[in-house]
Amino acid sequence: MEVNEVFEKVKGLFEEELGIESEKITMEAKLEEDLDIDSLGIVEVVMAFEDEFEIRIDEEELEEVVTVGQAVNLLHSKL
Amino acid sequence: MTKQRVVVTGLGTINPLGNNVDTTWNNLINGVSGVDYITLFDASDLPVTFAGEVKDFDPNDYMGKQNARKLDRSGQLSIYAAEEALRDAEFDINQPLGKEFGIVFGTGIGGIGATEDAVRIYDERGSNRISPLAITQLMPNSSTGQVAIKYGIQGPSLTITTACAASANAIGEAKRMIEQNIVDKVLVGGTESGTTSMTIGAFAQIKALSKQNEEPQKACKPFDKNRDGFVMAEGSTVLILESEKSANERNAKIYGFVEGYGSSTDAYHITAPSEGGIGALRAMEQAITNADINVEEIDYINAHGTSTIANDVNETLAIKSLMKDFAYKINISSTKSMTGHLLGGGGAFEAMASLLSLKDNQIPPTINLNDPDEECDLNYTANNSIEKNIEYVMSNSFGFGGHNAVLVFSKQ
Repeated sequence: MEVNEVFEKVKGLFEEELGIESEKITMEAKLEEDLDIDSLGIVEVVMAFEDEFEIRIDEEELEEVVTVGQAVNLLHSKL
Repeated sequence: MTKQRVVVTGLGTINPLGNNVDTTWNNLINGVSGVDYITLFDASDLPVTFAGEVKDFDPNDYMGKQNARKLDRSGQLSIYAAEEALRDAEFDINQPLGKEFGIVFGTGIGGIGATEDAVRIYDERGSNRISPLAITQLMPNSSTGQVAIKYGIQGPSLTITTACAASANAIGEAKRMIEQNIVDKVLVGGTESGTTSMTIGAFAQIKALSKQNEEPQKACKPFDKNRDGFVMAEGSTVLILESEKSANERNAKIYGFVEGYGSSTDAYHITAPSEGGIGALRAMEQAITNADINVEEIDYINAHGTSTIANDVNETLAIKSLMKDFAYKINISSTKSMTGHLLGGGGAFEAMASLLSLKDNQIPPTINLNDPDEECDLNYTANNSIEKNIEYVMSNSFGFGGHNAVLVFSKQ
């Protein structure tokens, strides 16, 4: 799967599962500051990623993830 | 410090009769039922297929999906009712209300729908698939916390869970906060959205619910010989309580005074009222004493009037014990005949109805009362509202657990 395909899937999840407005979701957008995803929301995001991509994500892997793009790259590396 | 008198300066509501105060009051005065067949889930296999549901409310439209999905429905309704009440009292909802504002909310079963969803997911998919939002949706204080966050309420907060007396107790405890000069403004209310397949099934198991599925609008018939239980309902109602001094300084409009509060416990049975309603009677006596009036000064009683066999007879007996011969002269009504039973949200709703009665000098009826029970022989304002000058209203709320909360409101 290409990076842009992963991004489209992530965008879809954010819109459908979390109700985030689509125009806000860019590779540069920061999860907390720009998309208003709080600590509880991050847990939801991880669960949604795990279900969608059939992977497991460890907490440590998320420590560096601030933007949508970093999340997309992390997911891409695990596929 | 002198004891402050407590006034109501704002009202807001969303309930089976309407999504604002004006629509709700019109429907109450016109004897409209808000009860109908359940639409929120498939109830066709349940012994009871009807309830009082909030209609035409899309939480995603109202607060945006990202916010709406963080709240249980009982919380969404609370945020909505609080906004109307704050606007009505002319507070700027875009500014934090601050530390001079308290909040007291009542609920019977809190986020029971969220609890059920979480259990279902746990059973089907295991503990690591439970939503991280489950706890904050299901905890009974969820609405209290969410309303406080939304409107920046930083004073004292309480959540009261005395079942169907919860939001009447909330108003009473908020009254005490203001009288004791702890804060001069309190957002107080009640909420409930507990109409789920499990709760309908469970309440039906204890024979608390009406099973008159043929005609939902006519099922709730308080004080009628053919009553067979209460009707589940959902909604939230919010009142802005304020010291008279604070209201006058702001030139706020005043609906009425919260003049008396009484609370007692039956210590008898977990669901049945104490015989002769003696527990409820003690709360009524306290409320009258607290208001410093005689029983003959009460013009209207907004009854608990659930339409269960036991409540309506025992509440009638308690009113007779309280008022003696005067009991036969006073207007009583059960607005639950139109809304259904809002459980923990009932006390706040009925406080609103009481205050609007004071303001408009109108008494809403008890609908569906066509064949009165011989043991319920008082004037329940059957089927049609009446006009009458009203100076004092008493509102009764009683809950499973044996909790009794009674409020007295006055015009001046």
